[in-house]
Amino acid sequence: MPSINLPNRILISLLCLLLISTLHPAYAKTKLIINIAYLSQEQKIPPQLSNLDPFVSDKGLKGAELGIDDDNTTGDFTGQHFNLVKFIVPLEGSVVDTFNKDIATKFQYVIVNLNAEQLNTLADLPAAKNSLFFDVATLDDALRNEHCRSNVLHLLPNRAMRADALAQYMLKKRWNKWFLVTGTNPEDRLYADALKRSAKRFGMKIVTEKTWEHSYDARKTTQSDIAVFTQVDDYDVLVVADEHGEFGEYLDYRTWQARPVIGTQGLIASAWHKTHEQWGAIQMQNRFKNKAGRWMEEQDYGAYLAARALGEATTRSLSSELNLIKAYLLSPAFALNGYTGAPLSFRSWDGQLRMPVLLAAPRSLVAVAPIEGFLHPKTELDTLGYDQAESHCQWTPQ
Amino acid sequence: MIKKTSLSLALWLLCLGQVAAESVFVTLEKDNALAVIDPIAGKLIKTIPIGQRPRGIAISPDTKYLYIATSDDNTIKIIDALTFKEIGHLPSGKDPETFALNPAGNRIYVSNEDDSLVTVIDVAHKKAIKQIKVGVEPEGITVSPDNRWLVSASETTNMVHWIDTKINTIVENTLVDPRPRAVSFTADSQQLWVSSEMAGSVMVLDANNQQLIKTIKFEVSGITTDKIQPVGVVIDKERRHAYVALGPANRVAVINAQSFEVEKILLVGQRVWNLAFSPDQKRLYTTNGTSNDISIIDLDSQTVTKSIGVGTYPWGVVVKP
Repeated sequence: MPSINLPNRILISLLCLLLISTLHPAYAKTKLIINIAYLSQEQKIPPQLSNLDPFVSDKGLKGAELGIDDDNTTGDFTGQHFNLVKFIVPLEGSVVDTFNKDIATKFQYVIVNLNAEQLNTLADLPAAKNSLFFDVATLDDALRNEHCRSNVLHLLPNRAMRADALAQYMLKKRWNKWFLVTGTNPEDRLYADALKRSAKRFGMKIVTEKTWEHSYDARKTTQSDIAVFTQVDDYDVLVVADEHGEFGEYLDYRTWQARPVIGTQGLIASAWHKTHEQWGAIQMQNRFKNKAGRWMEEQDYGAYLAARALGEATTRSLSSELNLIKAYLLSPAFALNGYTGAPLSFRSWDGQLRMPVLLAAPRSLVAVAPIEGFLHPKTELDTLGYDQAESHCQWTPQ
Repeated sequence: MIKKTSLSLALWLLCLGQVAAESVFVTLEKDNALAVIDPIAGKLIKTIPIGQRPRGIAISPDTKYLYIATSDDNTIKIIDALTFKEIGHLPSGKDPETFALNPAGNRIYVSNEDDSLVTVIDVAHKKAIKQIKVGVEPEGITVSPDNRWLVSASETTNMVHWIDTKINTIVENTLVDPRPRAVSFTADSQQLWVSSEMAGSVMVLDANNQQLIKTIKFEVSGITTDKIQPVGVVIDKERRHAYVALGPANRVAVINAQSFEVEKILLVGQRVWNLAFSPDQKRLYTTNGTSNDISIIDLDSQTVTKSIGVGTYPWGVVVKP
């Protein structure tokens, strides 16, 4: 870099400032700076069924960055600057230490991409009293009910919302008799519980329920295993709960009877999917791919919405003060575009983002829930998940 | 020259076998075609292949040319409004959707959604002469009838940018309700009406100070508020009534443009997007995106008189006298 002597540099800076302030009147005023932390932890690369999908190590972060970019474009016009600082805790490190040491005193807004246990440990820390956490990773129904925290907002649909979305579609297709297949991981059981709740809610019948134990004779091929495993009483649809993707992909085309597969594989329920193009989503997909060089994942979408929600609340309340921002986010005035055809807002009873759920096959978008015909007195989005009357969340003021 | 044009016009009308009072042109996004409709007879006259994914459409002030944004061809095509032959194309930038023609017909302003830009095109020289940096995902765009303002609305930044057409530079910004879609000036250039899809509202702004005059909200019985997503807005010449397409609520709202009261809600087709007046402002034409038709509203009686099937995903609409 060519060196410029100091007085000239000052002169150039002053000229730049002058130029900027004439371009945008807002610059002339003091800029409001909003600091946001992004907190995540390195992940062990999980064993996978196929090499088709590469392991993505920065899921979430790229979405947060794009959201902040968008916030700052608005901020250029409104005199606000959003500053994102990332904290990726090493595999063996402690997120609590990182939070206490580097985040608590400097950041009030934290986008958290961690598991349920870590999230609530953070939320309960004394140092987190004046923090607002944007959860962009957990799906746990308990975090929206008995284990809810008043300083946490959830940006991705929980398992109950996903299961309700699937159930609405199955009801519409009259696939009323389900064969439920569950894996052995605790998450699989939680997903199965959510499916059972939905089945009851929408009057569907689980005719057979089996657990996939991975215990079949090793000399047999998966092909014959599944055929044997699926010789059960007649059913309309095989509903699978396999969150880690350990066997679910093998079910389709291998069942004893010709039946569709739906759940965590086959037709899946997701907040975002690469097949989604409607309502301006194609622009979002393009902008994300240009930035990240890959498809947008669910955590990216959650983190994008977190950054945008914060940006929107700051712009509208003209403040960076936590109580005002939080009040605005939970108020009926808040409406966020999520490229899914309905305005997004937060449920005031549990901090869950009220949002449509996409039902997608690997290469085509099949439906968007709430499915037409499922009605609600306030908003049809509340036909998904825990409605106010069903919620077990009791927020205690911090 | 004039003689020749009128001769071909007469021939064209003769070919159609009838004298149409006016023609309605509708871009069909999924059919890659332009629909030509005789609204008086209530008939689809023909469908012409026009290019990949046609959306935005405008007609030149002399009504000789149609400008059609064929998004997947990354261009705005210039089409002869009589022969429907392509006679040129404009450097619109990538994926053009919405654009605005100035009253003189010599400038076209294009929203480049992916790049957060507005491209200014010199129509006569078919050249892009400037790109203006705006907010994220610019969509609605319009020029005031007095040619003073170019207004661009950014869907994600939630702002309307006021651009001085003399210097092609933003001079003011107004924060509006979430996801602004369409922007429309009153005939006297005094007010800007802005529809916001996610807030389900229309904001009326004062063009002199760029400040809010009124926010209009809508209620439709039997429809939850999140289905009310205003898109197209038009205001009649005398500023008596404004009409707003309510998207997936499948309705057009009739607003008293003096008192800003919603006077009537009319049921049209599914996911109503864009609106255009007949030249005498006695009728309003609506494109209904997912029911693949247009509706005709008689404005004296304020009733929907007809719907005409036109093709898949009708998007933009213009009327030729």
